[in-house]
Parts: sequence; structure tokens; C-alpha cells
Amino acid sequence: MGQLEIEKLDETTFVLQMGPHHPATHGVLKLVCEFEGERVVKITPEVGFLHRGIEKLAENKTYPAVMTLTDRLDYISSMTNNIGFCLAVERLMGIEPPLRAKFIRTIVAELTRLSSHLLWLATHALDIGAMTMFLYCFREREQILQFFEKICGARLTVSYPRIGGVRVDIKEEVLEEIYRFMELMLKRVDEYETILTENRIWIARTRNVGVVTAEEAVSMGLTGPALRASGVYYDIRKAAPYDAYPYVEFEVPLGEKGDTYDRYLCRVREMRQSAFIIRQCIEKMPQGEILSSHAPDIDMAFQGKRKIQPADSLWGGFIKFTTEKEEIMPKSEVYSAIEAPKGELGFYIISDGSGRPYRMRVRAPSFIHISAIPKLCEGHLLADVIAIIGTLDIVMGEADR
Amino acid sequence: MPYYTDKKEVVEVDEDTKIIKGSNVIITTLDKVINWGRSNSLWPLTFGLACCAIEMMAAGASHLDLDRFGILFRASPRQADVIIIAGTVTYKMAPIVKRVYDQMPEPKYVVAMGSCACTGGIFNTYSTVQGADQFLPVDVYVPGCPPRPEALMHGLLKLQKKIIGESGRWGSWK
Repeated sequence: MGQLEIEKLDETTFVLQMGPHHPATHGVLKLVCEFEGERVVKITPEVGFLHRGIEKLAENKTYPAVMTLTDRLDYISSMTNNIGFCLAVERLMGIEPPLRAKFIRTIVAELTRLSSHLLWLATHALDIGAMTMFLYCFREREQILQFFEKICGARLTVSYPRIGGVRVDIKEEVLEEIYRFMELMLKRVDEYETILTENRIWIARTRNVGVVTAEEAVSMGLTGPALRASGVYYDIRKAAPYDAYPYVEFEVPLGEKGDTYDRYLCRVREMRQSAFIIRQCIEKMPQGEILSSHAPDIDMAFQGKRKIQPADSLWGGFIKFTTEKEEIMPKSEVYSAIEAPKGELGFYIISDGSGRPYRMRVRAPSFIHISAIPKLCEGHLLADVIAIIGTLDIVMGEADR
Repeated sequence: MPYYTDKKEVVEVDEDTKIIKGSNVIITTLDKVINWGRSNSLWPLTFGLACCAIEMMAAGASHLDLDRFGILFRASPRQADVIIIAGTVTYKMAPIVKRVYDQMPEPKYVVAMGSCACTGGIFNTYSTVQGADQFLPVDVYVPGCPPRPEALMHGLLKLQKKIIGESGRWGSWK
């Protein structure tokens, strides 16, 4: 204290840089926080620590090959990323996957939603101080990942859906196992709720923390559970149904106040709805094809085939290679969005007719949610900043791309 | 038979390890004792960068409990022995990874987890460091995109094996 300069004593605020290495920032997010005492005055998020150039890389890959990149966007829920990209390309090409593929996609998408929400609950509760939840949630998450292994062979980065269908069929035994697991899962969700929902510490840490009104949430562009917790009825599964969502019945849980506790309740209720959707899908599962006959080949060319022709003159050599530029894709642009576990995940693809996207832009919910952190944290304590980062469910792979 | 006998019989139980029968005395080299202790309490840093961090968490969580190997995740680099580079290192992130590594006390070890940390993986772009070994001394490479938790466990066991084989890495002269 003796070293402090006298002019500095007038300053009542101080700046704390949180991250990028901080266990509670969910990846490599940096927050430059300005405090007055322990109250937040201003927060400036800094992103880009995980910028890998996915959008640029996608311009140099053919459409089926971009799928591997979409896995690594939101690595907690790679299935929904794949499905979002496939849907965008399908809408671009104007093809429709078979009904069985649609149901399989819905099942895996909801399994992904479960695993994503479980990871969110585990880390969010761990940040606030509930260590037990971390161990409980990972127990179920491991089982879901084992289902992914049985379905497609991979745990995390799956690349399971294909443009115009899915890669392999799900066996009946696996479907039965998933069905039985869903009954267990519902019991487990009740178990989580007994630990947290009426826990005094949990309520004290989450009630009235990071309140967003419905107008604010809409104007900031929040989507997914973060928006629905404020009481806005917007779910792309209902608003613009894709895959097998028109064939199943489910509720969209809404919150009232839009604080951290409501967002928690919203996600936990969504987990139950996901289990119901999966059970309905397995019950109504139709038989048939899993890949559309119009689906592009996995090793599709990005241009037409090369042809060898005799040359016109000796000067030009004896043979001549010509590439017949054919239109592999229709020349147009498309924006298609799906309801990912984090919110609205959109793909905007511009096609110039070749087999590669001319431009692929990803509308990532995490990026937009990060922009809401300063607004949510205003006037809160330092400890609440951790809770707010957790409640928005941020994945940096998706935000920085 | 009494616990203490005058007859001091020295039995060799392992290479360079002897016990005096009937007493509580073990004779061994300092290397062996230190490496034994060091390899069985590897404390990695909780440092997730990208996708591999999720599998690292899965390895530390309930199903595949890493604690049984004495591997406990620590949140501060000052308390850690191992840094697991779990994910893509970008040019923006590399100085921070280096700073975190510099903050760790000696002896320290580096595990490069996943294709990105090993070679750059599929991200051969303007923004990605092509492998963590370009700026850190990597001890163990765990390939995979992402590697399974079992693969990470195997990598950490390999690191334990490496530590057991070290000699003279103690004291001020290292």
C-alpha cells in the first residue's frame, strides 16, 4: 500500500483481466472487467483466441468435406451442427431426405441436446460450487456418448448425417437401448432437480442474477433457452419445423423473469422434452431408405471432369486438357437455421455453381450470447460474472470459428 | 519370533532397492524415490483450449476417473506438474500458453493432446500454430481428433513411465 501513488487513490475503479486461461470462462474467452469495489462497472469481452479460419477453410472444400469442419464448430453438440449444415445444402439443392433418415436425425439431434445440456449443467454447477452435479452429469453423458459410438463409431466429432440422409442405419437393438435409457434419463433429471432446484445456495446464487427482459433479449439477439427463459415463445423446431419435428408432440418450456435460475429451469425442462421426443421418434420410426437417391457423392468433384483432346497445333503440345465446367450445384444462396442446444444455428451458403461453397457464413449463437455479457453483468458482483458466463452456455469454438 | 533380531539380513526386492529384514528400513537410490513420488502424483493444469478439453474433462469425471492414478486437475499453474495442451493453439493464444507454461514450477511436462496440438490437424490456416511443439518441449503426443479419454489415459501412463526412467532430475543442478 505504501507504494501507491497519491493520484491513484482518487481512482475508485480497477481493471481485472479474466481469462483466457480461467477454468470458469468455458474455453478461451477473455473478459476485461472494470470494477468499483466488487461491483462490475463495465465488461469488455475479447474473442478470437480460438479463431481457426473455419469459414475460409470451407471455401476450399467440397460440400461433403465441409461436414468435418462443422463438427468442430460447437464441439459439444456436433450432431446438430452437421444437421444444420446438411439442411442448408439440402435446401440449396432442393432435395429431401427419406422419412426414416429424418427420424434418425431427430433422435440424434435430441440426444445431442441432452448431452450438451448435461455438460452445461455439469460445468455451470461446478463453477457455482456444486461438485456433485459434475460427477452426476458426466455419468449420463458418457452413456449418451456410448450410444453415439454404437450409432456411428465416434464419440464427439461424429460427421454422422449426410447431405440427403444419414450415413448408416441404427440397429433395432440400439434403438431399444436408447428407449430404455430415456426412462432412466427422466429419473436422473428428477435427481438433478432434487439437488439443485430447491437448494438454498443455488437459489441465492442464481435468482435475480443476470436478468433479461423479453424486449432486451429480442433486441440483443439471444436465442434458444436464453431467450425462452425471458418468456419469448420462439423455437425453430415449432416456428419452422425441420426433420421429424412436425411428427412429434412436445412442449416448449418458457421462463418468466429471465434470470439465471429461469434459464436453468428452462434447460432442465428441455431435457425432459428431449427424452419425450426421442421416445416418440422410436415409437413412430418408419422403415425404408436412409439416403436420398439424389444425394451427392461423398467424393463429389468441385468442377467438371477433365478431358484429354488432341491439340490444334504442335505449338500447344500434342494433347490438351480441358475441364468442362458443369454446374454441380444450383447457383443461388440459402440461409437455413436450426434449433441447436445453444440457440439458433444458421448457415448462410452462397453457391457459384461449383462443388465448393463460394462463401459459408455461420450464425453462431455463442458469439451473439457473448455480446450480451456486458449488459447482463452490469451492477453485479464478481462472483456473479461466473454464473452469467455459465448460464449463457458459451462455446468458443463456435464463437471464434 | 521377536520383531527385532540381531541378524540383519538384506534382501533385494527390486533393482537398486533393498530392505533389511525384520526392520523398517528400505535402501534405495534418491532417483528412484523421487521418480516414484513424482510419477504417482501428476497434477495436470485445468487448461482447455478446444474440443479435446471436453474429452479431457470426461477423462477426469466419474466414468473414467483419472484420480485413481493420482492425477488431480489443478486450476493454478503454480500447483501443476503437467500441462495438457488440449486443443487447437492459435497464434493469438500461443503467447498465453507459453506464459502459463512459464509459470509452472520445475519439473514440468507437456502432453500434446489431439491432432491440432500435435501437428495442426485439419486446420492448416493463417491463424493456427502447426503443432504445440513449435514453442513448447512436448513429452507425449496423443493423436486423435479428439482422442478418446482412454487414449489420454494411455498418454499419461506413458508419461509416468518416462518419469520413472529419469535420473538426476532433482536438486538445484537438475
